[in-house]
Amino acid sequence: MTVIGWLQIALFVLAVVLLVRPLGGYMTRLFSGEKVFLTPVLRPIEKALYWAGGVKSDQEQSWRGYALAMLALHAAAFVLLYAILRLQHVLPLNPQGFGPVSDHLAFNTAVSFITNTNWQSYGGETTLSHFSQMVGLTVQNFLSAATGIVLAVAFIRAFARSRVDAIGNFWVDLTRANLYVLLPISILFALFLVWQGVPQTFAASAAATTLEGSDQTLALGPVASQVAIKMLGTNGGGFFNANAAHPFENPTALSNFIQMISIFAIGAALTNVLGRMVGDERQGWAILAAMGVLFIAGVGVAYSAEASANPALLAAGLDPGAGNMEGKEVRFGIVSSALFAVITTAASCGAVNAMHDSFMPLGGLVPLFNMQLGEVIVGGVGAGLYGIMLYVILAIFVAGLMVGRTPEYLGKKIEASDMKLTMLGILCVPFAILAFTALASAMPELRTAMDGGVAGPQDAGPHGFSEILYAYTSAGANNGSAFAGLTANSPFWNLTLGLTMLIGRFAMIVPMLAIAGSLAAKPKIPPSTGTFPTHGPLFVGLLVGVILIMGGLTFFPALTLGPIAEHFAMLRGDLY
Amino acid sequence: MSHLRPALVLLALFTLLFGLAYPLAITGVAQVAFPSQANGSLIERDGHVIGSALIGQSFTRPEYFWPRPSAAGDGYNASASSGSNLGPTSRALVERVEGDVTRLRETGVEGPIPADLATASGSGLDPHISPAAARVQIARVAAARAMTAAELESLVAQSTEGPFLGFLGEAGVNVLHLNLALDQHRPVSR
Repeated sequence: MTVIGWLQIALFVLAVVLLVRPLGGYMTRLFSGEKVFLTPVLRPIEKALYWAGGVKSDQEQSWRGYALAMLALHAAAFVLLYAILRLQHVLPLNPQGFGPVSDHLAFNTAVSFITNTNWQSYGGETTLSHFSQMVGLTVQNFLSAATGIVLAVAFIRAFARSRVDAIGNFWVDLTRANLYVLLPISILFALFLVWQGVPQTFAASAAATTLEGSDQTLALGPVASQVAIKMLGTNGGGFFNANAAHPFENPTALSNFIQMISIFAIGAALTNVLGRMVGDERQGWAILAAMGVLFIAGVGVAYSAEASANPALLAAGLDPGAGNMEGKEVRFGIVSSALFAVITTAASCGAVNAMHDSFMPLGGLVPLFNMQLGEVIVGGVGAGLYGIMLYVILAIFVAGLMVGRTPEYLGKKIEASDMKLTMLGILCVPFAILAFTALASAMPELRTAMDGGVAGPQDAGPHGFSEILYAYTSAGANNGSAFAGLTANSPFWNLTLGLTMLIGRFAMIVPMLAIAGSLAAKPKIPPSTGTFPTHGPLFVGLLVGVILIMGGLTFFPALTLGPIAEHFAMLRGDLY
Repeated sequence: MSHLRPALVLLALFTLLFGLAYPLAITGVAQVAFPSQANGSLIERDGHVIGSALIGQSFTRPEYFWPRPSAAGDGYNASASSGSNLGPTSRALVERVEGDVTRLRETGVEGPIPADLATASGSGLDPHISPAAARVQIARVAAARAMTAAELESLVAQSTEGPFLGFLGEAGVNVLHLNLALDQHRPVSR
């Protein structure tokens, strides 16, 4: 680890923190129905969309209405994307002439992109037409990200309001998140990326004859427009197989730095939206502080692991000073690769600029653990905020138990039914992750029966188990990054990972919206001397503790079998 | 059922907006404002495209600087990007690294091998090697081209990019740039 390395990390944190208030203020005004600077330009388009869709923009919905609207959109989006993938061979913009995507892969991919996961069982440049990438995937990058944002906003409204049924209008919120937040930033960001070297063309590829006289086919496409929103919307699905490690997706140290900021920007700013909407910005900063503590700890562990060298490769003659360079790009080096890995899994992005599968055992443990905590360290746009709010409710409940008072947060009493829903939201995802990991690990004969044994982990030993655990963790947490040695494009993996993604998204969202409905209906109690203050370091510490205990107890046994066992095997010099 | 119409209509309209209008508009602006980058930063020599400034390519002859090992296809396949994805306790990884170290030792490289020169990058298309990895190859290239080490050092310095603003990311030598400069400076007759 170097001073310059930590300086880069500090600069990143500073940049994100500086964006919190401006972006938070903008989104607060937007979702409160006030005018923002883009209103004169976009309001006519917004109105036209409402008119065409028959949206009554002045009518708000109860939590059930909001949830049903959200589910209706996702059902329609799934059908559309599945159809596009299955029919890409007869659709336009297919210069490479790719055939239809197989049924299990189309199911997996459609689920993956509507749930903001962007797990990719395929290599983009070898599987998908430009039409599929643009009309199929880019659209879902916008919609799934906007959905995350508006669900968080609806949840925040439940705390801000008192004795009402309504938590907002899903269609209005969705349209505004798309038009006023995601689209303008994506346009600027995409053009910045092209300037840095990211291609944006409808040509399929360019042919080159190398200096040594062999042929090289350079895959091209409308890359920048997709990369911009996949980062900003914490989707993460790359245009190319190598994702943000590919020089055409992430050509320079500067493009890398801006991409890292774009992953965190909206998620971090939503904590400020919470603070502003409940009338006390300190509440938002406290949540962000808890996220920050966990983030810095993760960066420290990952950076130090990657900066150390693999003993087996040292013995082969490599320079010990350079750290673990397998799977990393020279232009990013150790620190930008470790930092990116922590960011992309703290958020639910899943884009990678280095291959996590080749990280040191403890370096790979951090991304795994980040996802297993539920991606509440800033998290996916919106999903991170409503994810950590479930932990906040749990922390408040624990604090209430300790002092023997009915727990309350932001003036709302947390009661038994709210706690049950909270635990449902928190426990469904780990259950799916661990159950499917166990199934895939303990029943290889089932996999063989479904796949003919062509798919599965590449590595043997504890690392092979880590590849399986990582896949289901990534799917359940709607992250989408991979220990990519796992070959997952087969019926067994596509099906089970697809189901895990659905559980990971909707088994959390629906209870969360139900809690929102319950909270919105409650009166706001003014704080008294007995109220536990939720903006100070004591609360931050309690929240961090609850997150670590939940995540730690749930996943520690599985982590022991994977990365921790591998760490000690590596120190002993075992190879598999 | 009241949600059906907005779901279908908004999905269709957003598909037009984000799936077609947005990428088309970006393409239009990009092709005008940044035509070189938008089309892959291609490099031409004598009217022929010889590669992209951003994408590494395979070099195996002694008179060229060598890039990092690549797991993209059978090496630097720019339509099949990939890392090796081998884990740290993988025997296949250690054997591959030992093979690459042996190959470098045979060309006279002594001492510790710069780590990037014997490890595969994440994309398999890394255009760079570290300055240290270029340095250990200078003696071999100098012998093959009958050049002095000092000449080569200055060419290496000219092809070194970054770090951005002196601290963001890492310094890297663009291998294709460097080898192009070599050919221009001292062509090899075959």
